[in-house]
Amino acid sequence: MSDSKAPTAEPTPLATRILGGARDYLGGSAGRNVGLIVALIVLIVVGGIVAGDRFIDVQNALIILRLASVSAVVAVGMTFVITSGGIDLSIGSILGLATVVATIAPVQVAAGQVGWWLMAVVAIAVGAGAGLVNGAVIAYGKVVPFIATLAMLVAARGVAELVSEKKTLVVDGVFVDGVGVRTGLVEFFRGSPLGISWLVWFALIVAVVGWLLLNRTTFGRRTVAIGGNEEAARLAGIKVKRHTVYLYVLSGVTAGIAAIMLVGRTTAGSSTNGTLYELDAIAAVVVGGTLLIGGRGTITGTILGVLIFSILLNIFTQINVPNSIQDVSKGLIIIAAVLLQQRFAIRRNNLKPKL
Amino acid sequence: MIKDDYQTSLLDVRGITKSFAGARALAGVSLDVRAGEVHCVLGQNGAGKSTLIKVLSGAHQPDEGTISWNGEQVDISSPVAALQLGIATMYQELDVVDGLTIAENIFLGHETATGGMLHVARMNRETRALLARLGHRELSPSTEVGSLSAANKQIVSMARALSHDIKLIIMDEPSAVLDAGEVTKLFSVIRELTSQGIAVIYISHRLEEIREIGDRITVIKDGSSMASGLLVSETSTPEVIKLMTGRAVDSIFPDRTGPKPDAAVVLGVESLELRGLFSGLDFEVRAGEIVGLAGLVGSGRSEILETVYGARRSTGGRVTMHGKTLRRGSVDTAVAAGIGMSPEERKSQGLILDEPIFRNITLSSFTRFAKAGWLDERTERSIARGQIESLDLRPAEPDRIARTLSGGNQQKILLARWLVHGTDLLLLDEPTRGVDVGARAEIYALIRQLADAGTAILLVSSEIEEVLGLSDRVLVIADGAVVSTAAATDITEQDVLDLVMKGAAA
Repeated sequence: MSDSKAPTAEPTPLATRILGGARDYLGGSAGRNVGLIVALIVLIVVGGIVAGDRFIDVQNALIILRLASVSAVVAVGMTFVITSGGIDLSIGSILGLATVVATIAPVQVAAGQVGWWLMAVVAIAVGAGAGLVNGAVIAYGKVVPFIATLAMLVAARGVAELVSEKKTLVVDGVFVDGVGVRTGLVEFFRGSPLGISWLVWFALIVAVVGWLLLNRTTFGRRTVAIGGNEEAARLAGIKVKRHTVYLYVLSGVTAGIAAIMLVGRTTAGSSTNGTLYELDAIAAVVVGGTLLIGGRGTITGTILGVLIFSILLNIFTQINVPNSIQDVSKGLIIIAAVLLQQRFAIRRNNLKPKL
Repeated sequence: MIKDDYQTSLLDVRGITKSFAGARALAGVSLDVRAGEVHCVLGQNGAGKSTLIKVLSGAHQPDEGTISWNGEQVDISSPVAALQLGIATMYQELDVVDGLTIAENIFLGHETATGGMLHVARMNRETRALLARLGHRELSPSTEVGSLSAANKQIVSMARALSHDIKLIIMDEPSAVLDAGEVTKLFSVIRELTSQGIAVIYISHRLEEIREIGDRITVIKDGSSMASGLLVSETSTPEVIKLMTGRAVDSIFPDRTGPKPDAAVVLGVESLELRGLFSGLDFEVRAGEIVGLAGLVGSGRSEILETVYGARRSTGGRVTMHGKTLRRGSVDTAVAAGIGMSPEERKSQGLILDEPIFRNITLSSFTRFAKAGWLDERTERSIARGQIESLDLRPAEPDRIARTLSGGNQQKILLARWLVHGTDLLLLDEPTRGVDVGARAEIYALIRQLADAGTAILLVSSEIEEVLGLSDRVLVIADGAVVSTAAATDITEQDVLDLVMKGAAA
């Protein structure tokens, strides 16, 4: 029951209005992003203080972006899945599998003839295929996403090991009749238009496309609707099952894109690629302000979340903080972000927490 | 009211005000509640009833005014403080935990235990005693609450209140989730409570219930109490409606225009079956006709709607729209064929509560406004604004979050959704649940307008009066079969009750 019809004859005190407005703003999506940007700036200032010139450096900034790019791409896919109320634990494994399949000898040989894009197509197809399996098992098999994608996490890694025979598959490391195959992939990813690596451009493109898809298309609307209230969406005539399949395919595709980027960066495919990437992606998504229960998602927030973690990692590395401490701080950031999210959500809805 | 009444008041609330970010929710509410009485609080949606409940239950703090308990001024600083005073609140969305047993629910948060070991036997014994006090000995303490009906969940909620040594129970529309038989049971429980000296603040939209159970009435309008402590026996219904709405309400049901004589059959249902619930169902709905399904809860009436809609997969028979058979168990086929449904549970099945009004309105049709997959939110907003105006939906802000709206306005969102989508058949399951008197009349009028414009309507309601008052034709459902079909003018409430009871006994 709303109290909106209550008389508002008395003028609202200015202070209340400003405070209320600020609260609404900070509770809104733009406000949350402002909060993240502030956090980012604070982080950069702190980095400048503790790591000095090594941190405040154009080359260092480019390194941060390069390293963040692969995470950013998978996190965009993850944002969609989480916005719909699901979760995809398998993207790291799918990414690993895609790097392996894209770099096995026959694919390299074929890519040597037609071009490196074939490897990208193969990686994306592997991602889409694994995502399709995830989606079908979840939507039609009615297995909860956590379990379905956990199974894929284990299985895809296993398949990757079988295919690669646990060897590192070096790009341009294949020989036919004693002649080395050159796929062109490594050269391509060495390129950096406008001084910025292709990896970063790829991540930027994925992020922009993801933002448009989530905020400006019927696909995005369906995603938010399903996450907000799946039953209501179904009863309104939305094809929930089909859309769920699409979402996991999308997540798989981003893992495929990330796979080819990772191969470009490391010049090799390996079954161990992408280990624990799913957790980094989930962390970035949650810190970015996407609700884990679904119904609200933000690509901008996700990207900011990825940047926060990447910069933090960079600072820690610069000042030689041990890995264990890095992990602890990461954990603390995730909890702090979720706590803040809850506070704002409560204020925004003007609701008391459930008793 | 005479002076010494205040001294005997259990709860005395004087001049409570409460504002949220400048908007006044309560602008001066006073009421006094005496031990052992049922005090009804009436008011339209948005009148401030919820805020008042929250103030009394300690969830909100009043800005001004005083609350006295047993003659002493108190601050109810939190829900726990309210419980300690002896005030329990039963919200519409019951706060019972489905996965726990009745006893576990009742002692939730104050389990008796030694060294972490629960005294299961003792809690079960005390639960049995509490249930007996409420006249429900048939419930077993070890039954899982999830398996209980809404009515029995309320019993559990009340037993929990009693376990806290409660003097006052606030019930927020307890009858909204019950059917006629269950309401009778609820009333006998309430009488049981009041005979033990416990006071009840009873909030409901159903005036006839208040007449049956209430002792005194307080009417709230626009955040102020218009009249406080009127004796039910001395206040006429039109008087109450006038106090609530500020205007006289003649009749809340619109005139029956009925379908045109040559109206085409829109929906055909042929030997439809859902195993275990209903079978051999045959009926038709014609363009412009309102057909009502009357029956008890559990008679399968909601399930019939859901099966027609494809939300449940039928196990036999067929459903046709304009003569074409629909695919079983497929909502999107049904929607594409021109069926819309306003489901029973508005909040959990109908709305995306955290999305704005306009997106809720266009949930079934946003694809149509989109161009090649690109949303056109401007058109969506303007279409929604049109609906908001024509349905008098308040607040009239397309970007307002659906959660913040009253029940009646949320119902209007669902009607608007299907108006925008355009349907030939509208399935309405409990269209006025949790909707107050004034808004109810508006919704009835809207439904009739839709029918007059040629929409076929299939209606389910647990209020027989509503089915009879709104429909052209009534199908009485008992034990998963149609036991009678009659023109609404040819059948009385008593006939329907006799038919469903006979069916239930057979």
